[in-house]
Amino acid sequence: MYRILKKDVLVPSINLFEIEAPKVAGKAEPGQFVILRVQEKGERIPLTIADFDRARGTITCVFQEVGKTTMELGTLNEGDYILDFVGPLGTPSHIELFGRVVCVGGGVGVAPVHPIARALKEAGNEVLGIIGARNKDLLFWEDKLRAACTELRLTTDDGSYMRKGFVTDLLKEAILEDGKIDLCLAIGPLPMMRAVCELTREYGIKTIVSLNTLMVDGTGMCGCCRVTVGGETRFACVDGPEFDGHQVDFAEMSRRSVIYKPQELLAREKYQQNNACRCTCKGGSCK
Amino acid sequence: MTEKKKAINPQKNPMSVQDPALRVKNFNEVALGYNEAAVIAEAGRCLQCKNMPCRQGCPVDIDISAFIKLAGEGDFAGAAKKIKEKNALPGVCGRVCPQENQCEKYCTLGKKHEPVAIGRIERFCADWEMANGTGSQEVAPPTGKKVAVVGSGPAGLTCAADLAKLGHRVTIFEALHIPGGVLMYGIPEFRLPKAIVQAEIDNLKKLGVEIQVNSVVGRFATIDELMQEEGFDAVFIGTGAGLPHFMRIPGENACGVYSANEFLTRTNLMKAYLFPDFDTPIRVGRKVAVLGGGNVAMDAARTALRLGAEESWIVYRRSKVEMPARQEEVSHAEEEGVRFKFLTSPTRILYNDDYWVTAMECLQYELGEPDESGRRRPVPIKGSEFILDVDTVVVAIGQGPNPLVPRTTKGLACTKRGNIVAETETGATSKPGVFAGGDVVTGAATVILAMGAGRTAANSIHNYLTGK
Repeated sequence: MYRILKKDVLVPSINLFEIEAPKVAGKAEPGQFVILRVQEKGERIPLTIADFDRARGTITCVFQEVGKTTMELGTLNEGDYILDFVGPLGTPSHIELFGRVVCVGGGVGVAPVHPIARALKEAGNEVLGIIGARNKDLLFWEDKLRAACTELRLTTDDGSYMRKGFVTDLLKEAILEDGKIDLCLAIGPLPMMRAVCELTREYGIKTIVSLNTLMVDGTGMCGCCRVTVGGETRFACVDGPEFDGHQVDFAEMSRRSVIYKPQELLAREKYQQNNACRCTCKGGSCK
Repeated sequence: MTEKKKAINPQKNPMSVQDPALRVKNFNEVALGYNEAAVIAEAGRCLQCKNMPCRQGCPVDIDISAFIKLAGEGDFAGAAKKIKEKNALPGVCGRVCPQENQCEKYCTLGKKHEPVAIGRIERFCADWEMANGTGSQEVAPPTGKKVAVVGSGPAGLTCAADLAKLGHRVTIFEALHIPGGVLMYGIPEFRLPKAIVQAEIDNLKKLGVEIQVNSVVGRFATIDELMQEEGFDAVFIGTGAGLPHFMRIPGENACGVYSANEFLTRTNLMKAYLFPDFDTPIRVGRKVAVLGGGNVAMDAARTALRLGAEESWIVYRRSKVEMPARQEEVSHAEEEGVRFKFLTSPTRILYNDDYWVTAMECLQYELGEPDESGRRRPVPIKGSEFILDVDTVVVAIGQGPNPLVPRTTKGLACTKRGNIVAETETGATSKPGVFAGGDVVTGAATVILAMGAGRTAANSIHNYLTGK
């Protein structure tokens, strides 16, 4: 059992948990992920590590409530326990002195960008952070990213905060305005990562993406997370989650990511029905 | 032996099984086991040969005639205790061992008649003991030595049990959230109820074995760190064959194509057959093709029917006689309505605009000269392509060793295929104090062979720790 030491509702439906997991924290590196299970009948879901504190023995995860499991996870509070929590999984980000690096984070993807940007900066890189969200209310961690990067630029799709537009707009400006960009890192929704890769391909900028595929075991045992990279089948859980974005078959990945859409909708609907009412009736019978 | 000559029943006492028409709709155990009368009658068929030929066929060296004698006398507690002297998982072995190739193969009775049903008697005794909760097992006084066991499948569990009985402090590290390895994630409930496995694991805990789940060795700690920082005096690696092989044909990443590992893990470990009561989903279409001819393929094909598939096909590139699956599993599959396409192998998987499987293009084969495995080599027949109408494909053509531990352990010699190199007689690897056994050494094999390797390694580890 793994205790939640801190809960922070960053923006509506996006939560931060700091979880007591010394074994995971002892070895966690930027770019890695954990798999957790909320309760006995629960599924295993991967979450990318947003921060870690070796001294406190904690891992920070940021997750968006989208399906049944993340909604259920969101009902937990400080002091509650998560049933299973395993990691650190996946291959860590490759950190070295590249020169000038752009780190792009979209939506909830801003969280996992954070430790990578910080490590890149600590390795001596000049790190330009570009983060974006649909609107002002969904944007979080501006302060943390500002500290982790050399420079931070922000955008919202609807213009409710800072620039109006997409992260790719800011990225294009950055590419055009001055010198060389040695590496680009992009984490966020699939369409965003795909758009970033299409843009950087034009300019020949090497781009790393972190793929959040469906997974079961997370240790290379089942192959659920397979992706085609450079024409080869790779397992995101052990070969990744980071890959050369220009080599990733995004079309395949986006189709594979919705394999269980009908089941996910069913599970969410059932969960919402059963939890429609938060009073003691446990399921809305009081209505 | 000749004194009390009585007529011997030439056939095994039959074991009742669930009716195929019923069982194909549920995940309950298919084979129902003996009752007391049947087990005593079956034990009475044993000739109690002085030279005990059956014993040479047992990878864990159970004193077979002794436990059968006790069972025949109705002393089931005594029989179970006798088995447990050598076998930590009798309830598992009684169900999934290929006895026809092991103990029962050497049974004297088997020369003229059907051999004694050793496996069924073992199973009964194990179940009897579980239900009646008998005596504790003896544990030697603590030696003060610590052993780490990596992986909690059959090899790891056996090794851990043996070492604990010898007085060593054993910690098992398991990557998943439930211990048991392939016994939990791989072999289906209808062949090996998970409650049986759990009971055997609980027994292990009674011996003092500590099990840490959610612990991926190679990630949270390396083998070297376990030895240097965590104070383990020796390590046993039994990480199994956890890396699924694929066919490497076009369309294999389409939606609806599963590795057998994924298909079975979702069903067995995550209980997807109880979705949405359990959260993990699985999707089985109307027509399922399972590629391969081993026990895992049979498990997958039979699971597909239970998940509601209308048709479940085994597609195998050799013929029926070359299938590595146990005859009993093949018969059960046939009874349940699994269909077979022999001498057939897919060339590509076809899919629609949404990337979902719609069909599989196959090629017909014929048998040529024997290959290095001694089986006749399948040779493709030119121009024999045909389309098999399926919407789900399960690839069950074998597994390789999980690379995580080999990759992260310095100085551990491995083969080109990634299997750990370990001496057969001792389980010793190239790294001092580190031993290995089971599928990660041999490649995918059987539960009982992995257990035998766990036993062998436990003996060597004991000698290593006690300076012998």
